[in-house]
Amino acid sequence: MQDFIQHIINGVSLGSIYALIALGYTMVYGILKMINFAHSDVYMVGAFAAYYFARFLGIENNPGITTLITLLVVSMVCCSLLGLAIERLAYRPLRKAPKLNILITAIGVSLFLEYSGQVVFGADPKVFPEVMKDFVLFKIGDIELKSFDITVLIVSVIAMLALEFLIFKTKIGRAMRAVSSNASVASLLGVNPDRIIAFTFIVGSSLAGVGSVLVGMKYPKIDPLMGMMIGLKAFVAAVLGGIGNVGGAVLGALIMGLSEEMVVAYLSSTYRDAFAFGILIVILIFRPAGLLGKYSVEKV
Amino acid sequence: MKFLKAPLLSLIALSALGLIFNFGLNAYFQLILLFAAVNCLMSMSLNLVNGYTGQFSLGHAGFMALGAYFSAYANTHWDLLPESVQAIEYFIYALGGGLLAAFAGLLVGLPSLRLKGDYLAIVTLGFGEIIRVALLNMDFLGGPRGYSGIPGFGSFLFSFIFASVWLVICFFTIWRVMHSTYGRSFLSVREDEIAAEAMGINTTRMKVRAFVLSSFFAGVAGSLFAHFTNFINPSSFTFLQSVNAVIMVVLGGMGSMTGSIVAAIFITALPEALRPLQDLTGVDLRMVIYSLSLILVMILRPQGLFGDLELSDMWRKYVRRSS
Amino acid sequence: MSDVLLEAKNITMQFGGLKAVDSLAFQVKKGQLAGLIGPNGAGKTTVFNMLTGVYQPTSGAVFLEDKSLQGLKPYEISHRGVTRTFQNIRLFKGLSVLDNVLIAGHQHMHYGLFAALLQTPHFLKSEKDLRDKAMELLKIFHLDEKAHEPSSSLPYGEQRKLEIVRALATDPKIILLDEPAAGMNHSETHHLMETIAKIREQFKLTVLLIEHDMKLVMGICENIIVLDHGIKIEEGDPQKIQGSQKVIEAYLGVEEGL
Repeated sequence: MQDFIQHIINGVSLGSIYALIALGYTMVYGILKMINFAHSDVYMVGAFAAYYFARFLGIENNPGITTLITLLVVSMVCCSLLGLAIERLAYRPLRKAPKLNILITAIGVSLFLEYSGQVVFGADPKVFPEVMKDFVLFKIGDIELKSFDITVLIVSVIAMLALEFLIFKTKIGRAMRAVSSNASVASLLGVNPDRIIAFTFIVGSSLAGVGSVLVGMKYPKIDPLMGMMIGLKAFVAAVLGGIGNVGGAVLGALIMGLSEEMVVAYLSSTYRDAFAFGILIVILIFRPAGLLGKYSVEKV
Repeated sequence: MKFLKAPLLSLIALSALGLIFNFGLNAYFQLILLFAAVNCLMSMSLNLVNGYTGQFSLGHAGFMALGAYFSAYANTHWDLLPESVQAIEYFIYALGGGLLAAFAGLLVGLPSLRLKGDYLAIVTLGFGEIIRVALLNMDFLGGPRGYSGIPGFGSFLFSFIFASVWLVICFFTIWRVMHSTYGRSFLSVREDEIAAEAMGINTTRMKVRAFVLSSFFAGVAGSLFAHFTNFINPSSFTFLQSVNAVIMVVLGGMGSMTGSIVAAIFITALPEALRPLQDLTGVDLRMVIYSLSLILVMILRPQGLFGDLELSDMWRKYVRRSS
Repeated sequence: MSDVLLEAKNITMQFGGLKAVDSLAFQVKKGQLAGLIGPNGAGKTTVFNMLTGVYQPTSGAVFLEDKSLQGLKPYEISHRGVTRTFQNIRLFKGLSVLDNVLIAGHQHMHYGLFAALLQTPHFLKSEKDLRDKAMELLKIFHLDEKAHEPSSSLPYGEQRKLEIVRALATDPKIILLDEPAAGMNHSETHHLMETIAKIREQFKLTVLLIEHDMKLVMGICENIIVLDHGIKIEEGDPQKIQGSQKVIEAYLGVEEGL
């Protein structure tokens, strides 16, 4: 029983990281109806940005709250700039192009970042700076609550609450929702869709930046291909929850995190990655719109 | 037997070409040529789904792997025919590998092709990864060590003729399907699914058919690949291999067989052409250049090199203009 | 055997809280040329979408020759003999004019995939017959000269005509035309209406058309159904519709409280 609760804690912690990345997929999909394949590589670049900046400041062996916050900010800024650049240079020229072309471009951008990363950063893994000491905060019976898990939880909850506030309580959030439901009508009402789309990329990418630092803290080995698998899983989480739906992405990510933890704990770790795709295929067969999504009717 | 005329003539022409290459090229270039043939099969078949039917598959390497492993296993474990007609046995195994891949295509396609949008891309990507992970875990197929000792033809000329047979079958199958009511239905799915349905086309069934046929030839390509290299392992069939096929189709022009063939040959030769650059800089810039050109093609020339034109269309245009 | 070809029995379409069409009932008799009219947003296209299976009615059902079309996919309904054109032209833009028409003949092609590969006589003959028939249809609409041009290169009016040709090539019992004259000038419209009347005779077709322009519909339709806010407010021959106070109110708008 204690084991089980421990696994739940780990699963929720993993799930909240997935959520941070899944949100980026789901927001971009909601507004552009495209799968931003490059999102997971933006996340990878965020991790490297934090790595190099920490070395630049000489704080890679200086764990503490200030290091955490510094690296979070650096990673968020770098990711948003990269996200913005990708949107501006690669996706915007294709706004009116067929969906297939946009999808291929997204894959191209993803590959470009991965392989440029291998050239620039080197293909071998690097050790992420020590952001924080991992220690047991408190114990209930045999269940340990570690500082990492708590930090991951706190940071992601703050990030998600901020996103919630941004989308539902601010003017720009309202504009985002407007563009997402109908871009041409929104532009008639004086909203500049291009600006809103750019802003969406900034927000989604900076969440990926937050995710990258948290992952770097938990699993401190980073390499240029680190985004691939986690990106796929986050994407599956977004589809599971109902792509385009912000609440759904969080729900889907928690389910993914928990089920992955349980599969590894009680079945076998070799099936960890196959499991994610298994979930995806089952979802697509039985509920293609996802748990919280609505299957929209195409207008004729 | 009139239907055999054009294919046979093409086969004879290709074989003659093979004879020239047999004496005119060194072994290294000959191997590249064989890989080009495999890539032609990959791009022509993927073009059927991505180019003609307007769907998007990202798991072509998975189907290739099925064909390759099937052939490898069959060739090392079974012995159907006497030594003297070995080539026919190889042909049967390639057919078997293709059918296995086609069956897998049916299983993957049925649930995912019902859906609109980009889901097929994700499902096929996932499928490719699942196949690869499964192969890594299968000890009787060599696991991560791979499968070695797959018998081949021994000579370039026979390999090339064997490849030519399949190239001709693949080309004429797809060409003739595309010039029948089935091919036109594939195109209608690409153009406008709602209008296609209203005109009585069962769009889901058409997508599945295109996908299954495409998977079949990917399986055949895998089988040829296994014969030519005599060694395969799961990392021959990664996501990158699938992307490679996509690049060939996109670069050649989605919906052009001419484009698929030209691009396949080009992409196979490119790494060799880029070798000096790699020697000069000391880093592998190949994939960086590939991916960048993919983005640039999409932005600057989204229809690819040939658009949806074929050599025959261009010839017709040229004749019309000059007359 | 009744002479009713198509019948809508209290069909309702609800999108969320909005009832786009509210228990609509009407019949189209064999060989009739019927019109469905109504102001903008009356739900006319939604009715077409329900008749052709693009939408499943929330309640009620559509019957073709007394057989229910409930639950059938659009392509199955097309096979039963209901075909349509689209308000916002949905041609296969990347394909030639001829190919657009050939695709519509798919449901009448009975050769298999292998017949195509082996180029059997049956295959060759089916293809030739299909082509001949398509060219004949194109000729009626004076599009035969442009058969090999990309359909997207046609002028607007001809694209509308091509949609009709394509629909005819499915060999339908009834054809639903969604604003066939939209964007045409007066003489083009007049000409189109004559062609529609002509093909109805020639192919023994039943026609149901949506038009905005009441005057125009009055000219050729034998039975007119008037829709407003998803509800049928009037039905009858042109004289009756022209004299109907309800129709005039729907089009001109009634000032509340008067």
